[in-house]
This record gives sequence, structure tokens and C-alpha cells, in this order.
Amino acid sequence: MQKQAKFGLGIGVIVLSMAFLAWLGYGESKTYYHTIAELQTLKGADLTHRMRLGGTVQAGTIRRLSGRVDFVLQGEGKTLPISYVGSDPLPDTFVDNSQALVEGRPAPDGRFVAEHVQAKCASKYEAAPGGNGGATSSSTQPSTM
Amino acid sequence: MDVFGSFALILAFVCAAYAIVGGIAAILTRHPLLIKSARQAGIATCALIFLATGSLVYLFFSDNFSVAYVVAHSNRDLATFYKIAALWSGQEGSLLFWSCLLAVYVFSVLITYRNKNGELMPYVGVVMASVQIFFLTLNNFVASPFKVLGTPAANGTFDLVARADGNGLTPLLQYPEMVIHPPNLYSGYTGFTIPFAFALAALLARYPGEKWIHLTRKWTMIAWCFQTSGILLGAHWAYAVLGWGGYWGWDPVENASLLPWLTGTAFLHSVIMQEKRGMMKVWNVWLVFITFMLCILGTMLTRSGVVSSVHAFAQSSIGTWFVGFLTVIFLVCFSAYLYNRDYLKSENQLDSVVSRESSFLFNNLILLVSCVAVLSGTLFPVFSEWISGSRISVGAPFFNKVNIPIGLLLLFLTGVGPLLAWRKTSLDSLKRNFGWPAITGVFAGAIAFAFGFREFYALVCLILCVFVATTIGREFYRGARVIRSRSGASLVASAVDLTMRNTRRYGGYIVHVGMVLIFIGLAGTAFNRDAQKEMQLGSTLQIGPYKLLLQSYDQKPEKNYTAERMIVEVLQDNKPLMMLYPERRFFQTSEQSGTMVAIYSTLREDLYVVYAGQSPETQLPVVHAYLNPLVKFIWLGGAVVVLGTLVALLPNRRAVLVLSGAQQPAVVQPLTHALTPSVTLREGHD
Repeated sequence: MQKQAKFGLGIGVIVLSMAFLAWLGYGESKTYYHTIAELQTLKGADLTHRMRLGGTVQAGTIRRLSGRVDFVLQGEGKTLPISYVGSDPLPDTFVDNSQALVEGRPAPDGRFVAEHVQAKCASKYEAAPGGNGGATSSSTQPSTM
Repeated sequence: MDVFGSFALILAFVCAAYAIVGGIAAILTRHPLLIKSARQAGIATCALIFLATGSLVYLFFSDNFSVAYVVAHSNRDLATFYKIAALWSGQEGSLLFWSCLLAVYVFSVLITYRNKNGELMPYVGVVMASVQIFFLTLNNFVASPFKVLGTPAANGTFDLVARADGNGLTPLLQYPEMVIHPPNLYSGYTGFTIPFAFALAALLARYPGEKWIHLTRKWTMIAWCFQTSGILLGAHWAYAVLGWGGYWGWDPVENASLLPWLTGTAFLHSVIMQEKRGMMKVWNVWLVFITFMLCILGTMLTRSGVVSSVHAFAQSSIGTWFVGFLTVIFLVCFSAYLYNRDYLKSENQLDSVVSRESSFLFNNLILLVSCVAVLSGTLFPVFSEWISGSRISVGAPFFNKVNIPIGLLLLFLTGVGPLLAWRKTSLDSLKRNFGWPAITGVFAGAIAFAFGFREFYALVCLILCVFVATTIGREFYRGARVIRSRSGASLVASAVDLTMRNTRRYGGYIVHVGMVLIFIGLAGTAFNRDAQKEMQLGSTLQIGPYKLLLQSYDQKPEKNYTAERMIVEVLQDNKPLMMLYPERRFFQTSEQSGTMVAIYSTLREDLYVVYAGQSPETQLPVVHAYLNPLVKFIWLGGAVVVLGTLVALLPNRRAVLVLSGAQQPAVVQPLTHALTPSVTLREGHD
């Protein structure tokens, strides 16, 4: 075999193998971003996707129950009840009026069952999105390494 | 001092503009005075940036709460130590800090080469000043850290307002590593500007030979070393502070720091091909260009809100500036390449699949595939929105599926590559160099399997780690043995002598040992365990060989926060081992809380204990304990990688003869005074 062909074959095998693995990984982990308003218009199979929603934690709605934490997420004038059922403790930045990103699936009863919660506590003196400010955040994202 | 800082930044902008314009004029006219004035403008730019940064630090130390940035990121009770970290804790300060670290590099380059490489340096100066002026534009006109608080007065003027106290530094940043992790990472990001400037300058100037490669080698290694330690310190910070039991979550900002590291690592290897065989010239130039662009992309991802991240600053419109800058960089690089591509013609071709060249080629291919996978996964939400209108993200399974096999392939090449001969390796050479390491690796794997080690990737990783460690160990041993036979020194002293005679080669091996240690630590992830329990006083939680006994639970007021603390005794085989104090801190000023994890760390495993708050029903404290095997190897490996890089940066002690069992006589002439019949001696650099 020509040496160029050998190199080509080696490179092809590596690239195709990695592309295949990437495709498998994509199928396992793809998550759709939606707003709360969009979620309420989804139908059929779209509601079975794993999804990520962003919003603000409505003040006074955090209720820590046995095995789950309930709260209401609001955004674009809409609200959505959330039940966090993940095993990791909620991040320190998860408080009233914090910006939160929840990941999970909608339940038939209209609640959203979240397995991960990421909270970004916009410091009260920082500029809102669009400004120059900063904020810190943390999440319940489980360790992958 | 805020006016002084603003003024210094404006002057720095003007000086950088002159360094560009004067530098271009100097290139066109070759007038010595113009060359000198452009260089001095570059030095003045750096000095003014240092003054501006110093004045912001002074504003923090003097608690000047009339400056908006100081108000937002500091308070009077904040420890002095963290007032330094406050400098880079927000958008504006971190961009100034970027400029400051870049100025350190630029200043060093301009001083180091002030009387050398006269044809190249004006080009280098223009490229460096162009990068500086972009950041100075942001510092001056987009995200100034010197904005003051004020209110409009009735007569149309502006009244300055000073607050009594600031809002404090965000709790997650009040941790010692946050004082050293960002400077390390930023030093990596900014440091890659120097090889970029030299590569682009050499291409534009059609600078002869591989001299630019030699000139940039140490700068690339310094940047790479900082990037490596920055990434690992960040991982350690995430591990010790966030209380999630892990150190890497494939978060976009983490990924952003990994991308230039991957291409920078590829460059450090492929550059050897250009030095030794005059090959991969186009590849090398583009690797440097891409590495720098990835540094800018990483800086943008942290600041623009393009992708949501745990670590990102708030969303802002600053991303547009970075996109514009990236576009300009790409167009300039592409145009320079098109115009001068004949300058990059390769002098040799690949001869064999089993050769040093091919190992570098595959090493580069694998690192690039990893980079593409991480980049595409990170930007997947943006791409998917463009293509399908749906914003879709991918998570850890995507990144792990691709990167674990890539990591193992790289580990394999780490062992194989350095011992393959240039051009072509014979079967005899393969047997001689890899026979015992391969047998040792498989033997170690068989023992592990017999003891119930069944995780596929972890088992392969173990075999490869033993294989690579054995190949490197044999290299040191063979070389040291020859020196010992001449000098009569001990084997260890001979190994040190060997290393110091060819720092680049043996420093590289030490880096590889560090990578082996890191892989051992990563393999341990497959065996992580955790347990969570509400604890009454005197109750216990068993995890692995450890029993956690809750002895007490208290509150501890400190200057800047109040800590809720669990006092946990760790028992092993019912014998007291040590005390751990996991706590949650409540910061009064910012009204935020933070977790302080307690870790009992051994080489074998980490016992990682988190106080997870109180149970809502029983009000009892909840403890979440993790048992993470081999994590310490990652931090140890990082330290060894840094040590190896520092060794490789040292000059050789003297002209040397080094061993190379793999070298083929066709390539290098054997010396007549070979000490043993089985090895060949040759000069030098590797």
C-alpha cells in the first residue's frame, strides 16, 4: 500500500471513530433550551425532550420538602412550578430572585421536574444583562470527572 | 487615583497607536530612529498599563468607594489577600488585568530583543501593539474600571458620590486559589500572544529559516505552563469550593480554557518536526494562529454570555467586540498566509507510518480532533440555533465519549512517540524499546483484572500508564547508567546530571511522567462513591473504610462572615483518625452563602465531606460525603508537569551526548566512542 494511503487510512479511521462516538454522545445528552412561554406552547413528542429552562426564582416560593425542593420560576410574564428532585445539594446562589437554569423534563401534571439547577445570583449592585456587570453562579451539575 | 488610572489608560492607548503606526512606517522605511521610537512607544504602553493597574489596586487597598468597580467587588472587612483577587473578579477589572499581563509579556519581549533580530522585531512589535490596542479600547471605552459613582446636579454638573462601604467580593471567590488560579490562566491566555506575534511577523517578513520557532519556543512553553497550571488550579478550586465532589464538569468556560491548551500542546510537539525535518510549516503557523484565536474566543466566552456557564461574568454586549476582533485576526492571518504561502514549503515528506514523524502527526491529529469536539460541543447551542432554530446543548456524555478514547490514544503515543526513530523505525528497534514496557503494562493489567478491576477504560488507562512510565523510566535508567559508568556517581545523581545535560529532552519526559500521574487520577473517577445522611449528634455515616461521627455542630462568627460548622470525627476500623470541619459561610455584606468542603486526602483516595445544610423537616444538619479515589495524583501530576516544563526551559549544562536506543544509523552518524554496543550516542536536542 502507498504510504500516503496508509496515512489516509489511519487518519480516516481515527476521525470516523471519533465522529461516531460524538454522534452517540449527542444522542445521549442533547438538551433543548426553551423559555417558559415556549414550553407552554409545546405539544406531543416535543414535550418528551430533555430541556433546559431559564428564569427568575419567584420570591417566597422556595419550599424544601422531603426528597424534593419546589419553587416557581418566572420569565416573560409567565410562571412555571418546578420540582427539583436531584440528589446534589442546591447551589449556595439559589435564593429568592436569583436567576436559575433548570434541566429536566415536563411532568404530566404541569410541573417541571428538574434534575439539575444552576443558579446565578445577580448581585444587587451589578448591572442587569446588557450592562457591564458581573455575577457568580454555581450549580448542582454532578461531577463528571 | 481614579483620574490617574483613566489618564494612564488613555495615554497607553495613544502610545499603542503610535507603536502600530510608527512600527509600520519603520518596516516600510527601515529608518533606525523610527524603529527605535516604535519600540519605545511599545515599552511606554506597557509602563502606562502597569500604572493604571497599580492605581486600581491602590483604590481597592484604600477602600475608595466612590469608584463603581471597587464598590461592586470589595468591602472594608474584606481580607487584604482578597482585595488583590477583587481586581479580576469582575468584567472591567479582569479586562484590565488581561492588558496588564499582556503588557508583562510585551515588555519582556521588547527588552529581551531590543538589540537582536532587527529585521523581525518591528513586525513583532506591530502585531503585539495591535493586540494591546484592542484590549485598551475595551479598557478605555467599553468597560472602564475607573467609572465613578455620581448623581446629576441641578446646575447640569455631576456630583461625585462615595458609599460608606462596598458590596464585598462574591463568596465563591473568597478562597486562596482564586488569588492564584486566574493570574495563571490569564498568563496562559495572554502568553500565547507572543508566539502568535512571532509567527505572523515571520510570515509577513518572510523571515528565513526556523529561527522564529527557536525564538518563540520558551515563550510558548511559559504560556503553556501557565495555561496548564491555571486549568488545574481552576479544577482544584471547583473541587474544593463548589462542594459537588468533582473538578471538571465540561462547563463552557472550563472548555474554553482547554481549547488553546490542546492546540498549544499540539504545537509544542509538531514544532519539533519543523526543527528536525523542515516539515509541517503550514501546520505550525496555523496551529499558532488558531491557538491565539482560541485564547481570544475563551476570553470572549467568559464575558459575552454567548453560552451559559457556571463561571461566566454577566451577559453583555462585549461579545460583539470580540467577534469583530476575531474576524480581523482571521482575515489578517489568512491574507498573510495566502500572500506568503510559498515561504512555508515543506522540505521533506513522511517516509513511514512507524516513525517519529508519524507519531507527531497522529499526536497532532488526535489533539485537533479533541479540540474540534470540545469546541463544537461548547458552541453547539449557538450552531444549532443558526441551523435549525432550536437551541440544543450537549452535556458530559458527549464530551466524555469522544475525549476518553482520545486521551488514551494520546497516552499511548506519549509512551511510543519519543522512542521511535526519525524517518523509519525497524522491527528490532521496536522490540528493544517497547518489549519490556508492553509486557510490564499487560502484566499490571492482568493483576488488576485478577483483583476485580473491571472498568474497561480504567483498566486500559492503567495498562497504558504502566507502559508509559516504564518506557520513560528505562530511558532515564539507560542514560544514567552510562553517566554513572563514567563518573562513578550514584544512579540518582547521574539521572539528574543526564537531565541537566539535555533539559529539553528529559524535561519533556518529566512532563510526560506528570501526564501519566494525571491520567491515573482521572481513571480513579470510575470508582467514585457518595453517601448523604441527616445527622444527629453522635450518629454515624459509613462510606468505604471510613465512619463519620458527628460530634458537634456550632456557629462561628468571623470578621466578614458567620460560619455554621459541623465537627466530624473520622474513624477507620473504629479507631480515631482525624477531625473534619465542613462548614457553610454566610456573608453579611453580600447576603450570600458559600460552602467550605473538608477533605481528608491521601494518595489512595479523598474523603470529601460537605455540610449540605439543614433538613427542612427535622432541622438536622445533613452531611454529604464522597469517596474519590486517586484524586491526589491529578494535583501531583500537575506539579510534575510544571516542574518538567521549568526543567525544559533551562539551558543545557554543556554540550552533551545523549542516549538514543531508537536512533537509526541511516539518520545520525554513530560516534566512534560509543560506550556500550547496544546503544548509540548522539548530540543533543530532541
